[in-house]
Amino acid sequence: MTKKILIADDEPNIVTALEFLLQRNGYEVHIARNGESALKLIEAHLPDLVLLDVMMPVKSGYEVCRRMRERADWRHIKIIMLTAKGRDVEMSKGLSIGADLYITKPFSTQELVAKINGLLGAGAA
Amino acid sequence: MHGRLKFAAWLAALYCAALGLIAATLVMVEVGMPAQDQAVVSRMFEERAPLLAFVGGLLLLACGGFVAWLFKRYVTAPRALAEQTRVVLANPGYRVEAAAAPELSALAAEINRLAGAYHGVQRDMEAKIAESGSRLEEERNRLAALMSDLSQGVLLCNAEGRILLYNEQARTLFSSAAAPIGLGRSVFGLLDREEIVHALDKLQYALDQGTEAPSTRFITALAARGLVRVQMAPFLAAGGRVGGFVLALEDVTRFVGQELQRRQLLQALSTGVRAPVANIRATVENMVSFPEMDPAQRQRFARIIAEESINLSKSIDQALSEYADAIKASMALEDMRAADLVTVAKRRIGALLRVDADDVDQNLWLRVDSFALVQSLGYLAWRLREEHAVDAVRLRARARETFAELDLVWSAAPLSSEVISLWESQPMQVAAEQTPLTLKDVLERHGGEMWYQRDEPSGASWFRFLLPLGEAAPQPSRRRLPAESRPEYYDFDLFQRAGTQREFDDQPLDELAYTVFDTETTGLEPSAGDEIISLGAVRIVNGRLLKHEVYEQLVNPQRPLNRESSRIHGIDARLLVSQPTLGAVLPEFHRFCEDTVLVAHNAAFDMRFLELKEAATGIRFEQPVLDTLLLSAVVHPSLQDHSLEAIAERLGVRVIGRHTALGDALLTGEILLKLFPLLAESGISTLKQAREASQRTYHARLRY
Repeated sequence: MTKKILIADDEPNIVTALEFLLQRNGYEVHIARNGESALKLIEAHLPDLVLLDVMMPVKSGYEVCRRMRERADWRHIKIIMLTAKGRDVEMSKGLSIGADLYITKPFSTQELVAKINGLLGAGAA
Repeated sequence: MHGRLKFAAWLAALYCAALGLIAATLVMVEVGMPAQDQAVVSRMFEERAPLLAFVGGLLLLACGGFVAWLFKRYVTAPRALAEQTRVVLANPGYRVEAAAAPELSALAAEINRLAGAYHGVQRDMEAKIAESGSRLEEERNRLAALMSDLSQGVLLCNAEGRILLYNEQARTLFSSAAAPIGLGRSVFGLLDREEIVHALDKLQYALDQGTEAPSTRFITALAARGLVRVQMAPFLAAGGRVGGFVLALEDVTRFVGQELQRRQLLQALSTGVRAPVANIRATVENMVSFPEMDPAQRQRFARIIAEESINLSKSIDQALSEYADAIKASMALEDMRAADLVTVAKRRIGALLRVDADDVDQNLWLRVDSFALVQSLGYLAWRLREEHAVDAVRLRARARETFAELDLVWSAAPLSSEVISLWESQPMQVAAEQTPLTLKDVLERHGGEMWYQRDEPSGASWFRFLLPLGEAAPQPSRRRLPAESRPEYYDFDLFQRAGTQREFDDQPLDELAYTVFDTETTGLEPSAGDEIISLGAVRIVNGRLLKHEVYEQLVNPQRPLNRESSRIHGIDARLLVSQPTLGAVLPEFHRFCEDTVLVAHNAAFDMRFLELKEAATGIRFEQPVLDTLLLSAVVHPSLQDHSLEAIAERLGVRVIGRHTALGDALLTGEILLKLFPLLAESGISTLKQAREASQRTYHARLRY
């Protein structure tokens, strides 16, 4: 069964690139433009993994992450936080509130795919 | 009073003696006389009684007059002479006067002769004391000079936190603090008490642990102006206890601001750059990883890359322009006037070849490492001389946009670009003197640039340095004072005093802190609506008149001046209109007087003006008050004139600047200091004794 990934980011350009990348790697991709709609889409599609940008309008990535971890039925969903904020303190905050991985921009797409594959139990494609 | 009583007693005794003698004579004559003779005598007296009574009365009157004359000549006059003689002790220049009796005149002359001799001895002694004191004074002045030349503010305090020494920089730093800075004042009025106590605890702990020279630092906020970095070190009293502490103060408001800016710049740069780079990288990697993608997709990715590249440039530009100051600023660089830098450079280059400077913008400030820059200029001049036989150069400096141009100009001898790049990259060397630094290093440190330029028609060549502009340093109020009037910013004798907080009353007069003040007023009747128009005050701490810790303020009386008083104080009514009212001035003056004894000449008058304002302003002056007029009367009860001028003349105080509030306050202060030894001779040495004696004299004077 094809695994589902939700990309939550307000920047269309990174979304375009990631969508293309992940589809080519065999995932089903959903897109959210802000934190609020991310939560709605998670409810609707129950993805296996969420790529979460920290700085999003309406609800920040931190907040979405915290909400997700409050729900027992979402506990299995993997969370990767992507951010342009590169300070150590922010990284440990993200990991502390429940992210599985914290990746600072810019990043290597190959590594990102490898890490996603790793989290989702080997290649989906 | 005493004198009159004595006089009356003398006279009564004389009368009694005379009458007793006559009565006794009569009794003795009558005893043993036959009865008929007695009757004859009685008759004789009875018949002549009026005449006898008249003659007797006349005799007694004559006796009384004679006694009065004698008393004035030989009792009152010697007493006045004795008092005058005591004045001589205080002021050896003073000469006694006795007009009454020739014997006393002779005595007065002898006293004056002795006074002359005493004066001479006194002068010799003073000269000797002055001589030995001058060395100490010189050392103190050297210390004061050293302090005033430090760029840091310095405060020296005893263990109680009383200020023993401060310098001009500290004074400037605290100029807008709630409490004024001053000798003997508490440092806790300037800096947070908790912070200092905490630091002292730390120092004490370090000392207990056996640390050799402990010191501690903290940064604290000043109420009015930013941040100050304080370095604190103790010094030890006997027994290893902390005897006091030194505070070195530095205004770090700007540096802390710049530090914050630099951090923000880094933050803005990294955050602003990460996102667009991430987008570009992800896109490009897609294009590389999936070369078979369709042209539409490829086109779309290419557009993303173009767009994100622009975002990237924008965020860099924005960060750099927003934090331009932070880039420019560096702790190692100092703000310096271009003209000063040129002067220093001229001195250095002048040792190698002819140099002059024209066209230097006098208002131009640079932010430079002046040592390295002057070294660079010297280095270039030396190479020009050594390798191109240049024998004269010129320096010029002016502003250009947000930079400063500093040019080293010479004639002829064009340089090739190879030579220039060699000069830039080789370690700088002047004759045998070499540094590991290259010109490039120096430029890098300044965030500056340098290039070679040539004007063909005139044949002039120059190196142009482009350097960051500096900020004009605030001009500190550092008038150079002649040595003898160097500010009295220190008082080490305060060390000797423990427990300054003790009750005022039992303290020796010459150890108390005083605020000597005077007022000028619109008239003499405060209750009839007369108002203060000027307040002047000076502090006395530890027996020294602190002429640099004064208070002087004109006051708007909010009523017209009458012409008579204007003539005395010479204050123009128009001048007062723009001044603050007494209501605004009193709180400030009250702070100035804190913890001191108030002193004024005829203090009752000045205090009345202040007391009448109590209800309106809520400011109460509750400290003890001394009155130099009363103290003078205590010391010299027989002398009648206790005006400021008369006392000044008696005690040998030079009168200058009278009839300004501050001038009179200074005069009153000097008089107070001269009165202390005289009071001590009369057995008055504490504040309590002085106040009680004043009170007695006050009542005594009221009775006349």
